[in-house]
Amino acid sequence: MNGVPLAAYIGLSMFMFTTGVVGVVIRRNPIVIFMCIELMLNAVNLAFLSFARYRYAADGVSVNLAMNGPMMVIFVMAVAAAEVAVGLGIIMAIYRLKEEVDVDEINLIKG
Amino acid sequence: MMLAGPAALATVGVVASKSAVRSALCLVFNFFILAFLYFSLSMEMIGITQIMVYAGAIMVLFMFVIMLLNPKLIDEKKDYKLPIGLLFGLALFMLLGSQILPKLMTANVPAMEYEVGSPKLVGEALFTTYVFPFEVVSLLLLVGVVGSVFLAKRRTP
Repeated sequence: MNGVPLAAYIGLSMFMFTTGVVGVVIRRNPIVIFMCIELMLNAVNLAFLSFARYRYAADGVSVNLAMNGPMMVIFVMAVAAAEVAVGLGIIMAIYRLKEEVDVDEINLIKG
Repeated sequence: MMLAGPAALATVGVVASKSAVRSALCLVFNFFILAFLYFSLSMEMIGITQIMVYAGAIMVLFMFVIMLLNPKLIDEKKDYKLPIGLLFGLALFMLLGSQILPKLMTANVPAMEYEVGSPKLVGEALFTTYVFPFEVVSLLLLVGVVGSVFLAKRRTP
């Protein structure tokens, strides 16, 4: 039975990851940079799931082995949630301190 | 296939749009389309978790912070970062694509299968094989909660 080629999922995943990297490099708003990091994490999730699905269906690995992908995705989601909470807290703290949220102008660590 | 185009468009929208609110909305759209893609991979449990965690919790957090800070539009100065970033991204995409995609061109994901992403199997794997990472992740989330409360409550002198 023919389905969607695996290359389509992986291609979309690669495109999302690359766009996230470009966004982290070129944007200045830290909130948008966080969104781009979320984008990269989601791209990796998509790659995990499509490979898990493909390995289960085409290579015929056991169900237990095929669950590795979804488990990793669940852990990535949990880590992303914690990261967003702490990161947005840091952004709030910096904003209260400096009244400025441009990542190119923030140099708190220079003292 | 029909979903990949809008997803890519929303991805570009996150990066390219001027205001943070607009890129947040593009991101919500992207997360929903990703959830539908997960459904098409017959990963129902993960798709529903994606909608609840990302499109629900995380994006509400983003919107809340955007609303609280109300950052005036940072004027994205046209400088050396834009062309260098685009060039770098293009190079990365070319490199990854040339290495990965040709190998996968012949591999198809079968259209309709079942069982692999059902809540039963996910729960079984989560509470047997992966019970230790599960506990570690719960500890991590606890640390994250405490850390964010600490960051939010601290009074600046």
